[in-house]
Amino acid sequence: METVTTDVAIIGAGGAGLRAAIALAQAAPSLRIALISKVYPMRSHTCAAEGGAAGVIKPDDSLEQHFEDTVGGGDWLSDQDAVDLFIREAPKELIQLEHWGCPWSREADGSVAVRPFGGMKKQRTWFAADKSGFHILHTLFQTSLQFASIQRFDEYYATDLLVDEGRCVGLVAIEMRSGQMRRFDARAVIVAGGGAGRMFPFTTNGAVKTGDGMALAYRAGVPLKDMEFVQYHPTGLPSTGTLLTEACRGEGGVLLNKDGRRFLQDYGMGPETPLGKPELKTMELGPRDRVSQAFWQEQKKGRMVATKWGECMLLDMRHLGEKKIDERLPLVRDMSISYMGVDPVKEPVPVRPVVHYMMGGIHTDINAATPLPGLFAAGECACVSINGANRLGSNSLTELLVFGRRAAQSAIEYVAQGGHPANGGALADAAQARLRELMQRTGGTETVAGLRKEMMQTMEEHAGIYRSGEGLAAACAKLAELRGRYTHIELHDKTNVYNTDLLQALELGSMLECAEAVVQSALARRESRGAHQRVDFTARDDAKYLRHSLAHYQGSQAPRVAYCDVVITRSKPGVRDYSGGHA
Amino acid sequence: MAEKVNHKPYARAVTSEWIFRHPRYVRYMVREFSCLFIGGWTLLMVWGLKQLAAGPDAWAAFLELLRSPASIVFHVLALAFAAYHSVTWFNLTPKALPLQRGEAFVPDAAIAGAHFGVWAALSLAMLYLAGAF
Amino acid sequence: MSERAIELEVLRYNPETDSAPRFQRYAIACPEEWVVLDALNHVKESVDPTLSYRWSCHMAVCGSCGMMINGEPKLACKAFLRDYDGVIRVEPLAHFPVERDLVTVIDDFMAKLARVRPYLMPKDAKAIEAGEYRQTPAELARFKRYSMCINCMLCYAACPEYALIPKYIGPAAIALAHRWNQDSRDGGREARQAEIAATEGAWECSFVGACSEVCPEHVDPAGAIQQVKIRSTVDWYTRHLMPWLKK
Repeated sequence: METVTTDVAIIGAGGAGLRAAIALAQAAPSLRIALISKVYPMRSHTCAAEGGAAGVIKPDDSLEQHFEDTVGGGDWLSDQDAVDLFIREAPKELIQLEHWGCPWSREADGSVAVRPFGGMKKQRTWFAADKSGFHILHTLFQTSLQFASIQRFDEYYATDLLVDEGRCVGLVAIEMRSGQMRRFDARAVIVAGGGAGRMFPFTTNGAVKTGDGMALAYRAGVPLKDMEFVQYHPTGLPSTGTLLTEACRGEGGVLLNKDGRRFLQDYGMGPETPLGKPELKTMELGPRDRVSQAFWQEQKKGRMVATKWGECMLLDMRHLGEKKIDERLPLVRDMSISYMGVDPVKEPVPVRPVVHYMMGGIHTDINAATPLPGLFAAGECACVSINGANRLGSNSLTELLVFGRRAAQSAIEYVAQGGHPANGGALADAAQARLRELMQRTGGTETVAGLRKEMMQTMEEHAGIYRSGEGLAAACAKLAELRGRYTHIELHDKTNVYNTDLLQALELGSMLECAEAVVQSALARRESRGAHQRVDFTARDDAKYLRHSLAHYQGSQAPRVAYCDVVITRSKPGVRDYSGGHA
Repeated sequence: MAEKVNHKPYARAVTSEWIFRHPRYVRYMVREFSCLFIGGWTLLMVWGLKQLAAGPDAWAAFLELLRSPASIVFHVLALAFAAYHSVTWFNLTPKALPLQRGEAFVPDAAIAGAHFGVWAALSLAMLYLAGAF
Repeated sequence: MSERAIELEVLRYNPETDSAPRFQRYAIACPEEWVVLDALNHVKESVDPTLSYRWSCHMAVCGSCGMMINGEPKLACKAFLRDYDGVIRVEPLAHFPVERDLVTVIDDFMAKLARVRPYLMPKDAKAIEAGEYRQTPAELARFKRYSMCINCMLCYAACPEYALIPKYIGPAAIALAHRWNQDSRDGGREARQAEIAATEGAWECSFVGACSEVCPEHVDPAGAIQQVKIRSTVDWYTRHLMPWLKK
């Protein structure tokens, strides 16, 4: 097997992966960097993020308030030392991006502008119109092009990490264009492979979000932390699932039920604020978990609007006016017209909550290091945790930058320690053999599409916004069954060049493993907290569950769920209060 | 998995059929084709100057030539192509000369319109000098 | 939900089994509001899992799904079935070699993108502690539209110059260089001139304008290229007629 020898291998070239690569190239120019991604970097899902990235910059804001908003927003499951570090580094990272040319939207005097965002008491979300993620990704990608030490491996799908003598020593990946497996010997590996929202049928996530990075670490023995916390973004288009940014509400858009009532006030987020004058941290600027849960409750009462794509609420932005919409929400307008046939300037847009983000992921410490020496992780695939049980909008883009850089720093320190050369050869050969077996398998009874559909249905039905013990148990059984049936998949396409039947089969494998971690962790957590809501355990139980869940891979068996403590420093768990009148 | 699989990209041939793939390419070729008529007309003018220098008989013969049916047809076509070229060219100038006023840009119609305006003014001036009125 | 019966005629090519591309027809029933990408996904899921193509975001921002649809370069996620009659022909993006089915080899484009040095070369150094560079909304507007390129390469598929002269750097690469040139924080215009003011740069463009017509983000690369030409020409005259102006 052809082998590439490098110093640091980065799996995933989205915001976190690119930030890590740049940090490595700048801080340690003599290190060889292999930036490996299953898609070209510009295709990474960072490009779809719209609203912005949070960082304290205005004089009326403070680091302490960003800390409080984040910890409270996370329902106190965030590690407070990590949040402290995050909020402190946030402004520096955002300014660094600006210094690299990111086209942040501006105030009249030329300083960076900020906009209101959900769950935040002050305005601190830096934005680039409503394509912030796109501009951040392209700024990072273009900046990375100036460093000769970054060698890119575009359209390489990583299948396995190589672990030797208790250390991560590299990975194997399939070169999509030839179907050949390539071994990468590395002294450190950073995983930045993104989330796994595609395990659900309705999601803002693009095709790439199949949890491969999470599964890689998981199978190598690193636990997946807090997987049960899956974020629903309240305003997705019902036809495609794609995202209408939270900034719609930040700029003043409101959510209505079928009677035209701003129903959020009935769910602890009132009193109703004046139209077009949103107040931070209340009503439509409440946190995502509460808003999505309010939808679900209101829908059960039969007060949602029936559309041909199911029941929806209405996002009304007419009062913002055409000028403001074209200036600050042009992509939103374009998408509503194209995919829904609705012009937000003239009519309210039907929307519904859709799966958007995974708070959980690869267990790391505040330095982006996993328990496996030599393996680091950053971005949505990782769980530090700063987001706890529910992420505030615009914290994630900043998270990519802060922890992308930290992962690089940690990798540099780790590599500097030196160490004896490792041999991942045997593992690489085993991975190759497994792949061959899948490619050549005959007499299979299952298809990729068939199993995938069943997985999605199970997740939608039993692991949605509200869950029950019964439903989760059924989901656990179903996913165990699906994982078993997965070994009987036969590929229709057994050729080598750009085989996407194979790619989708491998991605399905990753999703099944992540999905099982989600439902097993959800079943084990017998409380309601943040984005994890149980109808059979409706209260938050700090005594038993103010802890992170850790799902440990057990091969074909179901994962073992253990717990570890949350780092609580100065913010004691309190009540999340999103009612108004807090000025 | 085969050990010696090489990917073998296929390069699709480019033929001149591209001109007819979409009306925009036909329009482009017509615009470019206009240079033949404009070039031809220029050569005719140079020829006319030469005949003018050669004396009254040569000049009269040249004017006869200009009045011939073939010449009329040529001139009509040349005028049409030149006008087409000018119109398409003026309509494209806003792309090459964006004028920014604060955050906004001067509308394309204004920039193109200014070109048409100058063209009209110059044309009227030429006609006046030529004694048309 | 009303459905439509549609027929797709899709280019197939597998180098291991085909010596040249061929076409394959798929007849399926689709909801009316679907786009071509939805139809392709349906084919792959329910009819023919061997069909290979690139896609991801389904919202025209990742740039993956560029294809020729009835001979026009389009994003498959924004090609609405309702806009087509009869058999819909789906081919890989023109002017790029075909890797497999609808997947093209885009190495040439990636190389050209890197060649134009598409990153900030700051005019003035500034420490992070000193905060952001000031940039007014007017200064942002000067380059904003050229920063919207999603690298979908529809412009390369539309450009006859790129088809006939493969060395041509192409619309998106030049537009991206122009984006940085126009950024008030940048001082790298001269450094980029070597690539974009070369023969294979802006001067290969004959202003067909097809690139701007097909661009899904209205970047207007044609405009960017003409502006580069004008600027380069002024540069040339200044340098030769008024050499004392060069600092």
